[in-house]
Amino acid sequence: MSAAIRIQQVSKRFGATQALDRIDLEVRQGEFFGLLGPNGAGKTTLISALAGLVRADTGSLAVMGHDVQSDYRAARRHLGVVPQELVFDPFFTVRESLTIQSGYFGIRDNDNWIDEILENLGLASKANANMRMLSGGMKRRVLVAQALVHRPPVIVLDEPTAGVDVELRQTLWHFIRRLNEAGHTIVLTTHYLEEAENLCTRIAMLKAGRLVALDTTENLLRRFSAHSLRLRTGGVMPEQLTCDAAESGGWWSMPFDGFDEVEPLLARIRAAGCGIDDLEIGKPDLEEVFVRVMQGQPAETNELNAELR
Amino acid sequence: MSHGGFSTLFHKEVLRFWKVASQTVAAPVLTALLYLLIFSHVLEDHVRVHGVTYTAFLIPGLVMMAVLQNAFANSSSSLIQSRVTGNIVFVLLPPISYLEFFVAYVLASVVRGFVVGTGVLLATCWFAPLALVEPWWIVVFALMGGAILGSLGVIAGIWADKFDELAAFQNFLIMPLTFLSGVFYSINSLPPFWQQVSRWNPVFYMIDGFRHGFFGVSDESPWLSLAVVGACLALLTVFTLNLLKSGYKLRA
Repeated sequence: MSAAIRIQQVSKRFGATQALDRIDLEVRQGEFFGLLGPNGAGKTTLISALAGLVRADTGSLAVMGHDVQSDYRAARRHLGVVPQELVFDPFFTVRESLTIQSGYFGIRDNDNWIDEILENLGLASKANANMRMLSGGMKRRVLVAQALVHRPPVIVLDEPTAGVDVELRQTLWHFIRRLNEAGHTIVLTTHYLEEAENLCTRIAMLKAGRLVALDTTENLLRRFSAHSLRLRTGGVMPEQLTCDAAESGGWWSMPFDGFDEVEPLLARIRAAGCGIDDLEIGKPDLEEVFVRVMQGQPAETNELNAELR
Repeated sequence: MSHGGFSTLFHKEVLRFWKVASQTVAAPVLTALLYLLIFSHVLEDHVRVHGVTYTAFLIPGLVMMAVLQNAFANSSSSLIQSRVTGNIVFVLLPPISYLEFFVAYVLASVVRGFVVGTGVLLATCWFAPLALVEPWWIVVFALMGGAILGSLGVIAGIWADKFDELAAFQNFLIMPLTFLSGVFYSINSLPPFWQQVSRWNPVFYMIDGFRHGFFGVSDESPWLSLAVVGACLALLTVFTLNLLKSGYKLRA
C-alpha cells in the first residue's frame, strides 16, 4: 500500500530564506497527522509544495503514490487542501462555489455530496447566500467544503480553526473525525496544540525549514513531557527541593515519573515545615513538548535528528 | 481537454462577467454609443471615408474597439482580482493544465468581446446604413483580435501585482494601441510619417480587416491584415503558454 503522502529530500529556498531544508516525511493512509511549528517554520510552504502551488528546488513529493509534478492530475485529484487564508470568490453563492469547484475536478451532478457536506458543516441554510454576505466563520466552513467536493482520500487542513468560534471547531472536528474514521487521511497544521494532542496520532515538528521531531503523539509526550506536582506553598520552598522544581507565578512545578513518587515528595515538603496552600497534578502536554523541541535542547534535538535520518 | 476542468473554468469566467453585466456589457456599450453620437455629430457632414458616410465608417471601428478592450478587460481583471484576493488557489489546486487554463481564460475573453461588440453594433446600427459585404472577415478578425487581447489580458493579469500596475498596462499600452489604430479615421488621411507609425501597430490591422468585412474596402488588403494578426496571435499564444508553463507568479 502506497503512503498517503511521501516527501523525500524536499528543499525550497526563497531568496536568502531556506524555507524547507531536506525534508523527509511519510504519512500513512488513514492517519490523523499533525504538522506543527512556529510561524515561518515552513509548514505552509510544505503544504503548498504538496499541492503544486510551490515548486520544490530539490526532492520529490507524492500523494497516494502520484508524483505532484510528473503525475499532477492524479496527485491533485487525491488531495483536498483547506488553505490558511480566508479566500472566497465574491461573484458566487455557496452552492455555486461548490458546484464550480466540483467541475474543476471533472465532477458533474455532485449535488448529493454537496448537500451532505453543507449539512455536516452547518451550511445548509446558507447554500444560496452570496459568499460576500457570510461571516468569517461561515466563509471558513465553505473553504473546508470546497476542499472536500471531490472526496479526496488525503485532506490537508492548514490552520482551519485560526480565529473561529467554538461551535465551528466542534462541528469541524466532528466531521473531520468522521471522514478519518471512513478512511480519509488527515493532515492538520494548527497553533492550538491541545487540538493536535487530542486529534493527531502522529506529529511532525518543523523549525526553520527543518524537521526536528517526528513521532507518535504518545511517544512525544512521554519523551518530552512528564506529570508534575504543581503547588503553592505557604512558606519558603526548601532549598533541597528547588533544584528539581520550577517556579512560575507563585506556583512550583515538580516533575515526576510515577505516582508513587508523589507521597515522598509531599512528605519532604511537610518535613521542611512548609505548608501547602494549593495543589494539583499537571498532566504531560504537547505545549511543553513543543516548547522544549523548539527551544532545541541540543542533545535531544540531535538525538531526534539522528533518528529521523 | 476532456478532463472537465477546462469547460467549468470557461463557464465560470463567462458567468463571472455576466453576473455583473451592467458594468461589463452595458457600460462599454453606452460609452461606444456616446463616442458615436459626439463624433458623428461633429464630422458627419465634413468627412467621407472609403465612399461611405463618417458615421457608417465609425461604427465598425467602435464595435471592434469594444471587442478588443473588453476581451483584454475580462481576462486581466479576473486574474488580478483572483490573485489579489487569493482565490486563484481554487483554480490552481484542481487538475487543470496550463493549456486548459489559457484556453478557458482567452475563450471567455473572446465571448465577452463578442457580447459587448454585438451590443455596440445593435446600439449603433440605427444611425447609418451598414452593409455586410464580406461577413466572414468580421468573424475572423473579431475572433483573432479578441484572442490576442484576451492573451494580453492573461499576461497583464499575471504580471501586475496591484490594480494600479494593471491600470498602467491598460492606460499606457492598450488604450493608445486601440485608439491610434484607425478606429476614428482612415490612416490614409494621416501624414506619411504617422501612416508608417500606424502600420507598426497590430491593432490597426485588426480594425482595418474587421472593417473590410462591412464595406469590402479598407486601407490594407485583408489578407495582409490576416497575416499580421495571425502572426501576432501565434507569437502571443506561444509566449503566454510558456509564461503559464513556467509558473511565473502563479506557482512559485
